[in-house]
Amino acid sequence: MNIDSIKNGIVLDHIKAGMGMKVYKDLGLETLECSVAIIQNATSGKIGKKDIIKISDDFHVNLDVLGYIDPDITVNIIKEGKIVKKMTLSLPEKIVNIEKCHNPRCITSVEQELDQIFYLSDREKKVYRCIYCESKIKEKG
Amino acid sequence: MRHLIEPFDFTVAEIDKILDLADEIVKDKEKYQEACKHKTLATLFFEPSTRTRLSFEAAMLELGGNVLGFSSAQSSSAAKGESVADTIRTVCCYADIIAMRHPKEGSALVAKNYATVPIINAGDGGHNHPTQTLTDLLTIRREKGRLNNLTVGFCGDLKFGRTVHSLIKALSRYENIDFVMISPEELQLPGYIREDFFKKNNITFRQYERMEDVIGELDIIYMTRVQRERFFNEADYIRLKDSYILNAEKLKMAKPDLSILHPLPRVNEISTDVDSDPRACYFRQALNGKHVRMALIMTLLGINI
Repeated sequence: MNIDSIKNGIVLDHIKAGMGMKVYKDLGLETLECSVAIIQNATSGKIGKKDIIKISDDFHVNLDVLGYIDPDITVNIIKEGKIVKKMTLSLPEKIVNIEKCHNPRCITSVEQELDQIFYLSDREKKVYRCIYCESKIKEKG
Repeated sequence: MRHLIEPFDFTVAEIDKILDLADEIVKDKEKYQEACKHKTLATLFFEPSTRTRLSFEAAMLELGGNVLGFSSAQSSSAAKGESVADTIRTVCCYADIIAMRHPKEGSALVAKNYATVPIINAGDGGHNHPTQTLTDLLTIRREKGRLNNLTVGFCGDLKFGRTVHSLIKALSRYENIDFVMISPEELQLPGYIREDFFKKNNITFRQYERMEDVIGELDIIYMTRVQRERFFNEADYIRLKDSYILNAEKLKMAKPDLSILHPLPRVNEISTDVDSDPRACYFRQALNGKHVRMALIMTLLGINI
């Protein structure tokens, strides 16, 4: 299957197969007016199967969101049909308003205008804790 | 501007300095009786407390300062739905320093983020209670003359006791502390202390189920209450309950210079027949709480005498 190459824009490559829609939603790509292509289950020499997202416009990618979802994603910036910049990601030290603290004893449970901030407490195990109450982010099933 | 939100906000050297100042204040009260003249402490207590609020207020009054505040959420604008941020921004207009207790975890951090005067966390839910930790450290240092080379037993509810968690973390920064945990299986230290803290920092500890098995080795015993409702089954509760009650009989097995600490309030975990034993430190500990808060207020206000 062929999807046209984009002339100017961004390609998010090496997304773990099946995670494309999550990245699309978490980055808020549905609000863009330009065309966005999600390619699922593309063959990858590096990771077997992968998803790819192509955005045909300049767009400020929130690298923290992306790094948090999957630090192995690569971000390619395309200008005039060529890759002008390739960015690799890492787990961000801090994530803001991406996850919600579920501890009912946390101050954020009653004061909802507060930013939901989590810090990376264990890089190896990918553990993030709420800066207010230190609860771990709950694993989603 | 400095605040005290969690026990690790101060380095060991800074804590030692506060404890030194507390000792100085005890030695020469008159010297410090006007140290905070024309300064005002606001005590914002969104939930009830006897010891902590009164010791803060007594501390400020003994330094010649003024005190204002409230002692329950019902008597503040929180009852009308005001946020912590707005309360703090308002109170900062009237006070030079704020001590706040709030039932929600992380509320003190929120207060700090909006404050223009120093904030002292006087307890944020089950999360942190750093002035109790300072009180405990001062008590150990006064009773033992040191904060290193000690065998310290923690007895009772080690799972939910925030004072225990904070003191363990604080003591781990001193050399050669032999940590001894005495609790039923249900009430052992939570995973994040065992895994994230002890393992990460390469600290070992010993675990016992019965106080009688280890009391003879301890330099310090830090008592907390075991509540019946924390046990999963009645049989275990009946089998073990007496093991977490310190009485004169068990004290016979202890070292002659053991120090018995308790953050108070005590219910029945220390029998009243222990109160007259010179090894009982818990009422001296409450007094130390006032002195260490005096030192802390002066330190955060940048007052040197």
